[in-house]
Amino acid sequence: MDQGDATATKAGAATTESAGAVGNGSAEALLQVNDLVKHFPVRSGVLQRVSAWVKAVDGVTFEIRKGETFGLVGESGCGKTTVGRTILRLIEPTGGEVYFEGEDVFGQGKRDMKRLRRDMQLIFQDPFSSLDPRMPIGESIAEGLTVHGIKGAEADKIIRRVLKEVGLHPEHSRRYPHEFSGGQRQRIGIARALALRPKLIVCDEPVSALDVSIQSQVLNLLDDLQKEYGLTYLFIAHNLSVVEHISHRVGVMYLGKMVELTDRDSLFANPLHPYTKALISAVPVPDPGLKRERIILEGDVPSPLNPPDGCHFHPRCPIAEEICGRVDPEWRNVGTAGLEHMVACHLVEDDAGRGHSQS
Amino acid sequence: MTSKDNGTGNLLEIRGLKTYFFTEDGVVKAVDGLDLEVARGETLGVVGESGCGKSVTMFSVMRLVGHPGRVVDGEIMFDGQNLLDLSEREMQQLRGNRISMIFQQPLSSLNPVFRIGDQVAEVFEIHQSISRDEARQKAVEMLRLVGIPDAERRAQAFPHEISGGQAQRVMIAMALSTQPELLIADEPTTALDVTIQAQILDLMRDMRDRSNAAIVFITHDLGVVAEMAERVAVMYAGQIVEYTDVQSIYDRPKHPYTVGLLASIPKLGEKKHRLAVIPGTVPALVDLPPGCRFAGRCIPRVEQELAICTEVDPDLLSVGEDHQVRCWLYHDHPPTGHEAPLATGRADEEAALRWAGTGD
Repeated sequence: MDQGDATATKAGAATTESAGAVGNGSAEALLQVNDLVKHFPVRSGVLQRVSAWVKAVDGVTFEIRKGETFGLVGESGCGKTTVGRTILRLIEPTGGEVYFEGEDVFGQGKRDMKRLRRDMQLIFQDPFSSLDPRMPIGESIAEGLTVHGIKGAEADKIIRRVLKEVGLHPEHSRRYPHEFSGGQRQRIGIARALALRPKLIVCDEPVSALDVSIQSQVLNLLDDLQKEYGLTYLFIAHNLSVVEHISHRVGVMYLGKMVELTDRDSLFANPLHPYTKALISAVPVPDPGLKRERIILEGDVPSPLNPPDGCHFHPRCPIAEEICGRVDPEWRNVGTAGLEHMVACHLVEDDAGRGHSQS
Repeated sequence: MTSKDNGTGNLLEIRGLKTYFFTEDGVVKAVDGLDLEVARGETLGVVGESGCGKSVTMFSVMRLVGHPGRVVDGEIMFDGQNLLDLSEREMQQLRGNRISMIFQQPLSSLNPVFRIGDQVAEVFEIHQSISRDEARQKAVEMLRLVGIPDAERRAQAFPHEISGGQAQRVMIAMALSTQPELLIADEPTTALDVTIQAQILDLMRDMRDRSNAAIVFITHDLGVVAEMAERVAVMYAGQIVEYTDVQSIYDRPKHPYTVGLLASIPKLGEKKHRLAVIPGTVPALVDLPPGCRFAGRCIPRVEQELAICTEVDPDLLSVGEDHQVRCWLYHDHPPTGHEAPLATGRADEEAALRWAGTGD
């Protein structure tokens, strides 16, 4: 694993430098993602030849630190769900590397991958379709345990324990999914993810399908579990208010690329990328008296089948310049005073927000 | 209860509406005694979660409630006329003409086999006696007005060739082409991305300013309501539980459900460690227990040990200028045989403080 470690160290260095200087001495990268790429083929014609590629994820680099919640935010088609699933190797990548605790995830064989999967779990968005309707929920949770050789009394003990941890009655393990509400089913999904005591949980829009008054129950639960068990979350969502509430660090994606990444407070107080600014200003806030400057973007989100040249955002960008349509901007740290603030934009110089054009 | 009224009476007045669904499992009382007014040119926000009855209320107004549901009681006065008395033919003349509706899923509300220009033109053909060519021209003008770029060419597109945001613009074009007096918008931006939602809300405000149509805006999103509505009705389990102007809902919410809802949603820019929680879930609308429908989840009821809440269903009570609440906490004189709750003046502040205090 030497090569892997070396690469990890080299790749991690760019962000770890400034990250280490933040002063959070104990924070280490649990997950390192380097230039992740996932293109889906589009096949057509009688011979089903590949006619085009959906560039769902087009080169994404970031790290997730132990014990934190990393919020990954963006609108439909930005690639955030694909990032989540590719990291777990539920989808095979097209390119790039992912290191989990220093181990090369994409280089693992089947047996080693199975071992890794104990530590990396997923909570799905739709509590209605993510549980097999023909299995009692206890059995759904037991499935994961069986795969890892845990059965019988030991498995029962774990199932009872995780159901209690998510606020459900262990006696209900014999009930079927349809006997539970949406919020309860989501708790079951969380229990299932917890059963093997993972280190990392990818939460893919875990509250989007729930009623507003239930969302806070689940968010509080995730928060409690994180504190109790030292869990690390990759929290994928399109709801910025939820992401702001729950995240320590946030990455913003647009059309397959990450455009900005920094700590939660800095992102919302000092967004640098024009897309991030527009996104934040578009969120309706429950305060009728609040007067805000609204940045309304023109046009629709282009398709990942045919992303624009240069910066993917340039056709809708209110401040785009000539270079933006030609050259893909570099993903770089513009944070001052040792802060981590990554941005992909030709027009951002540093985090004081002073832009300049490069002609 | 005064609403914005320019002296010619309310455009829409609903009194005692009851819409029930007669299912195999029992009678679902989807709307159970609802009173609502919308003045000309006013925007009313109807807020609630799934199953609260907000959509069924508006389908009742449009007389589009399907089997096994039907309106069992009440009146729906539109410009002085009870819509429940009209024949289907008379309703068809009203629908899409004086009262229009736009829906949540724009791509499934459009007919997939017709071009979008033709679908907009159809509205003109039906409600105005003009030629097909004239209707097509007007359709292109409407598409331009709602911000479809290259309108003349895009009018030839089929629904599957346009995006969700564009489809919603087409729906708005169709809904507004007859210059309706009342527009009912049922979760029009819920299925859209947030930057597209901002565009559509902007468009709706623009259209509203031009046409002075009254709008009933149905949503579960308290942020959207703050942006669009002048008055707000909060619905829970088939009833309106709070009814007032938009500023009061956010500054002085009184019903424990409203208070809990506002305290439980994360608000951009506000940092809380913990969100307030409304315990439990929405009750099934079949075989509802007696008393207030929110009682099972109501923390103030438990803290103040109020028995009346699980025995008698409260009415909407006026608690200030243009502010109504359906809650025993605010009744000085409950029915005989029941104790009055703590002094009315303190009840709402305590409830509000308790929720707001959760967290920091």
